[in-house]
Amino acid sequence: MKVVRVIPCLDVENGRVVKGINFVGLRDAGDPVELAAVYDAQGADELVFLDITASSDNRQTTVDMATAVAEQVFIPFTIGGGIRTVEDARRLLRAGADKVSVNSAAVSRPELVAEIAAEFGNQCCVVAVDGRRSDRPGIESGFEVYVKGGREATGIDVVQWVRRVVALGAGEILLTSMDRDGTREGFDLAMTAAVTAAVDVPVIASGGVGSLGHFAPAVIEGGADAVLAASIFHFGEHTVAEAKAALTAAGVTVRPAG
Amino acid sequence: MLDYAIGNLRSAQKALQRAGADAHLTADADEIAAADGVVLPGVGNFGACMDALDGTGLTDQAKVAATSGRPFLGICVGMQLLYEWSDESPGRPGLGLLPGTIRLLPDGVKRPQMQWNRLAVSSHPLMRGLEGQWMYFVHSYAAQVDENVIATVDYGGPVAAAAARGNVWATQFHPEKSADAGRHLLENWVRTVADSIALLRQDHS
Repeated sequence: MKVVRVIPCLDVENGRVVKGINFVGLRDAGDPVELAAVYDAQGADELVFLDITASSDNRQTTVDMATAVAEQVFIPFTIGGGIRTVEDARRLLRAGADKVSVNSAAVSRPELVAEIAAEFGNQCCVVAVDGRRSDRPGIESGFEVYVKGGREATGIDVVQWVRRVVALGAGEILLTSMDRDGTREGFDLAMTAAVTAAVDVPVIASGGVGSLGHFAPAVIEGGADAVLAASIFHFGEHTVAEAKAALTAAGVTVRPAG
Repeated sequence: MLDYAIGNLRSAQKALQRAGADAHLTADADEIAAADGVVLPGVGNFGACMDALDGTGLTDQAKVAATSGRPFLGICVGMQLLYEWSDESPGRPGLGLLPGTIRLLPDGVKRPQMQWNRLAVSSHPLMRGLEGQWMYFVHSYAAQVDENVIATVDYGGPVAAAAARGNVWATQFHPEKSADAGRHLLENWVRTVADSIALLRQDHS
């Protein structure tokens, strides 16, 4: 039985959640522990924290955040952003993160994926892939890997890249459409389908959710194993429970909320 | 909790504390020998975990604790290590406390199983109140469904989710990451530890 996971994504900077969290009744909208607990209560299956801390001097704040979250929140969570070495991964995993996600550092040095998988197991090694539609030569699938938040093209084909990182030891792919991210037009279903057809590890679809109706097609047409969204949850427009109800109504199996 | 320097052990420690246990991470033989209950966590590769257990001198400690009659709980790869062998690491013996070989999940499903799944349980104190509850799984290998299995989930067929033989109990899923259902399971185990302490005191009085 495939049970699709619903995953809210939180941006953190210097150990604080940033960017438009707007729930009624929060004591502290920047407290990762309080927000994680809210999403846990709504039925979130996992959480992803994306570390956007600019200075590597402040990375310890992210480790401290992982410690605090792990002490009080008992669902799995992943931390991504700024992980460049096995040591970076080790600090976060020892602090209590269940998985780490690598993105541009893997593009610069793919061996990082193999190193993390060998040290801690494939199951905690997530590779985040930011893709855009591309008609450039050499991009056979029509989707190209981007880095630097979708600004910089790499010339790497998304489908070839996910095959390569899975061969290196990635246990999960977090696939974000940079064309759709922030548009609220729905997931890029064609890119999701191309990736889920290419690899046999779980794939998280991300980028573009604007309404509850956007979740199920990522699973039914895109073949995704999990769906990730940020703003639709953060602004209190919709709860995770509502997302799960929409998935269930479309015939997708989820862990019931609450 | 046997601390053999693998991944995330803190979550399991915190979850056990929340369930009422005075849980310590330790590799100290005296502390393990004095414990009322012992937890063997595990994450990653079977052979790597066995190597790490050997490397920290905990392989014998684990066997002694499990055969002492005290409550013993294996979690995730910590469950798999209890068996004799694993196809993940051919030729590398496990602890051999439960009979059988750990095998790859069936064809036709994604490996790893990385999701929540719903338990079908048999009558056992660890599973009390947990029929139909959802637990979080991350694994590519599992024990075979045999007479020691006390819970299964459907993943390309019935997959072993928990096993028990005497005082040695184990879960393939992560109770420490399974929200309230996981807390309930850990409370079941902690209650068993408390009951066994009470029994020991009676015997001595």
